[in-house]
Amino acid sequence: MPISRDILEDLDEPSLLRRLTGRDWLWALLVLIGTAIAFDRFHADFGTIQDVLLASTAAGMIALGWFWRQFEGFSLAVTVLSLSAIALYGNSLAAAHRDPLLLFLLSSPVAITWSCALFLLANAIYLLGLAVRSDSASQGLLSWGSRLTWAAVTMGFVALMVRWRESYLLGPAEAQIPISDLFDVFVLFNVVTGLLYLYFETRYRQKSLGGLALLIVSAASLFTFYLMFQFHGAHIGPVNPELRSYWIKIHVPALFIGYGAFAIGAMVGGAWLLRARAERLYPDGRVTRRLPDLQTLDDVMYRYNALGFVFLTLGTILGALWAEQAWGAYWSWDPKETEALVVWLNYAAWLHMRYTNGWRGKTMAIWTIVGLLLTTAGFIGVDVFLPGLHSFGRL
Amino acid sequence: MKLEETAGRLPARRRRSTAAVVLEFLGSMNLAITLLVAVAVAAVIGTVLQQDQAYSDYQLKFGPFWFQVFKALGLYDVYSAGWFLFILAFLVTSTSVCVWRNGPAMLREIRRFRLDVQSKSLERMRLHAKIETSSELAGVSARAERLLRNNGWRLRRAEHAGVITLAGMKGGANRLGYLLTHVGIVVILAGGLMDSKLPLQYKLVSGQLKVETRDLPASKVPADSRLGLGTFSFRGNISIPEGSTANFVYLPMGDGFVIQKLPFDLTVKKFTVKHYITGQPSDFLSQVVLHDPRNGKTIEKTIRVNHPLVYDGYEIYQASFGDGGTKLDFTAWSLDGGKQTKGKGAVFGRYALGTGSDARSLELEDFRLFNIDQLPGARGQTTPRNLGPSVTFKLRDAQGVAREYVNYFAPQLIDGQMYYLSGVRASPAEPFRYLHIPAGPHGGVERFMAMAAALHDPGVLKRVAGRMAEAALQAARVKNEKMRARVTDSTVHLLNLFARGGYDMVLADIEKRVPKDRRQSAADVFLKVLNSGLEGVYAHVLAQQGITQPTQKDWNWFQRAVPTLSVLSEYGAPYYLQFTGFKHIQAAGLQITHHPGTVVVYTGAAMLVLGVFLLFFLSHRRIWVRMESRGEGGTNVLFAGTTNRNPADFEREFNRLKEIMFAPLKPDRIPER
Repeated sequence: MPISRDILEDLDEPSLLRRLTGRDWLWALLVLIGTAIAFDRFHADFGTIQDVLLASTAAGMIALGWFWRQFEGFSLAVTVLSLSAIALYGNSLAAAHRDPLLLFLLSSPVAITWSCALFLLANAIYLLGLAVRSDSASQGLLSWGSRLTWAAVTMGFVALMVRWRESYLLGPAEAQIPISDLFDVFVLFNVVTGLLYLYFETRYRQKSLGGLALLIVSAASLFTFYLMFQFHGAHIGPVNPELRSYWIKIHVPALFIGYGAFAIGAMVGGAWLLRARAERLYPDGRVTRRLPDLQTLDDVMYRYNALGFVFLTLGTILGALWAEQAWGAYWSWDPKETEALVVWLNYAAWLHMRYTNGWRGKTMAIWTIVGLLLTTAGFIGVDVFLPGLHSFGRL
Repeated sequence: MKLEETAGRLPARRRRSTAAVVLEFLGSMNLAITLLVAVAVAAVIGTVLQQDQAYSDYQLKFGPFWFQVFKALGLYDVYSAGWFLFILAFLVTSTSVCVWRNGPAMLREIRRFRLDVQSKSLERMRLHAKIETSSELAGVSARAERLLRNNGWRLRRAEHAGVITLAGMKGGANRLGYLLTHVGIVVILAGGLMDSKLPLQYKLVSGQLKVETRDLPASKVPADSRLGLGTFSFRGNISIPEGSTANFVYLPMGDGFVIQKLPFDLTVKKFTVKHYITGQPSDFLSQVVLHDPRNGKTIEKTIRVNHPLVYDGYEIYQASFGDGGTKLDFTAWSLDGGKQTKGKGAVFGRYALGTGSDARSLELEDFRLFNIDQLPGARGQTTPRNLGPSVTFKLRDAQGVAREYVNYFAPQLIDGQMYYLSGVRASPAEPFRYLHIPAGPHGGVERFMAMAAALHDPGVLKRVAGRMAEAALQAARVKNEKMRARVTDSTVHLLNLFARGGYDMVLADIEKRVPKDRRQSAADVFLKVLNSGLEGVYAHVLAQQGITQPTQKDWNWFQRAVPTLSVLSEYGAPYYLQFTGFKHIQAAGLQITHHPGTVVVYTGAAMLVLGVFLLFFLSHRRIWVRMESRGEGGTNVLFAGTTNRNPADFEREFNRLKEIMFAPLKPDRIPER
């Protein structure tokens, strides 16, 4: 029997190459140019590992931009602002006291202040957007919350970039990627968590979760302020020789993607509980109207926890490799390692319960929040109070 | 651990053997979760309770009763405790059983396309859609096949009695994720067990090995505390002085150690600490030579933090540093007689000082070339200052009671004046209290020592007191021998009290002898007399040094010396050690490990990482298209799908495919869902 031709048309899914637009290629070109410049300037100081890291960064950024359009504009903003700050500094930190742009916007303590303040403001506006009576006002407010969050994340990343440069301007004792003490990693936590949340916004076309999701970032921002004003957290001190290793550049960020994902997972768990309660009390209320439905929230919570688990696993194993090289033991039952293990076991149990016993809803939401408390208590408590190999974050 | 419902079927009920029951228990989810929680709790205990401290510290902290209880529970070394290893072994077993029971089904799932699925079960799936079209079966099936293939689906096709079934699958590797993660955990734990202390502990328990708890040099350690080359896995430490060679390491065990022999000789040629200009150490480098007598090989390398030396499965790390027996020159000033004894010694050496009640054993403990002190500055920043070299030592009396001292070579600038500092404490739990010896006008401690000696010289005191009494009586125009003797005696008495116990002893004496209501006035008088006496003694000391007209500077020195003289009795030693020269010899603290299990652990870790990525970022999705010819030239199409992860994403994908699939088909009618 002949088969009519029209029934076989329009079936091809365009391949990746064909789906890419001119904009995508432009993005790739920009990243490659940036990478080439970096390689040209620094390859004399690079070893194989650094070359590999640079190449992977380039590939990762191209892929991330293709995968998530908003990331492109964000990266460009971070690049332009960071390079401007670096250019303004020239070869002397003294410029921070002279140049108005550095003084009020771009020098790292100022940029961090901006970032934290913007997070707090964004959070407030998101919450307002969830709470106001009028739906159109809500839309407007939520959009503004989103813009402010992008601004906060941008400033935070710029701050880290600039801080990196500042540490090199201070001298060889201080020169280090700024993810090595408690203050640094709080800034890192803010930006990573903010970015992870923003990805959700794009992916689910939903902004109403912002007010709840960012609560944890707001708390961390307040703590950043506390460190800054009570403990001179923004001061860049000399670096412990143990931390002079390329491992820190992958070990710490991997773990903070994990921590950030757990943090949002817990906040979504909170949103689940809030919505479940609202559905009972005010079935037609604003929260019920605006928050994603329970099943979506459950799904989102699971996804963030799974993402966190993957990166916690990766980060911990990278840490083990580093530990083997630095301390001669891949596992020392150091408080921090043990804390990571406890957190890992907790989420492993959570995921097992969901998969194999099919647990959903309230218990899992509460458990997720408890999990975050455990993670936080472990992270800050171990860092600040228990002596060990990882005590880099003492106050 | 149970599988998803889609993967397994409930077995028919029948009498089960004991083995099956045990297996079921071992592989059960509840057991697994219980074990995970148990490990977590143990880990929390191990974190909160500091591990591997000296037993005496624990005893102090918990008291004798709880110390014993905790010791019996193995809480001081949780991770080597029998019960903890038992839980881990249980966890390995549970996970293995789980993989054993579910693994084959998982592998089948990857291969099986389930073409035999019934249309009823397809209709029960949450995602399914039906259409009745007038298009021909052949065309519809060709369309479905091409659609799925073009979108990357692996396909199987079955045709039977006018029904064509297409079964498509994507992301089957997700199931591999399950296998890789669980097998990975088992492999990691197995590797960890290979590297554990378990074999050594067995040797301890069975009496083949004894822990050495005495502080002995390595050469004196008896043979039953030594391990030969056969040890499977170990991690030990050794401190090798510059220029020395060692072929063993210490393995810490319980509250002592055993000695592990190495197959090679390790010589430390030089140890260097590099500093930043701010004084913080920037790097630690050990230049070592490794010589293997088995094959005659010699390797030279510099070991740094993060850059170990790896040789034949042994890894040598820069772990710490210390003194390697620095040679020291010193002068021991006796604080009650002004005698000075010159001596030589080396760090870790023990030397006898003095005789009789002044006999002390000098134990030189440590030498530090730099002492970076952080002076607080503005805005939380600190300015580093180098106090120069120092020596830590103990002075132990005949009863065995020791005090710990730290003496700085150079005088330090404090409030604009130079002082020689000597810290003292009775136990390591206390902070050092510092004796401030004011430096003489030309540096040195000679003037202070002369002053201390004069205070302990009865002849000097008598002469000074006599002269004071004379002057006082003359001023009062009294001539009375008896009175003069009494004034002299009481002045000598006061000076003696001061020399023995400072102002405190003088005041205590007044309290004892003078009624309460007259104490204040008496104290005023006595202290005045005492101070004149001290000035007299000082004048005598100055005169001996050829100074008859003391300047303001001399008197300033006196003002600073008196408080120090007053607290000299609390110094706790009849000597002040002035260190005058040194030859610095350092020791590199190296950690040497032999961990054959590392490769196994890494393999497991790689499996685990790959596994979690497959497990969470892939989902195992299936789509079925069941097409049935209606006889009169049309086709009934049933489009259905399932996923084991991320249903929301799959729903989107499913709906997109469904819409493309159905778009050109001319529907007769779309049945209700």
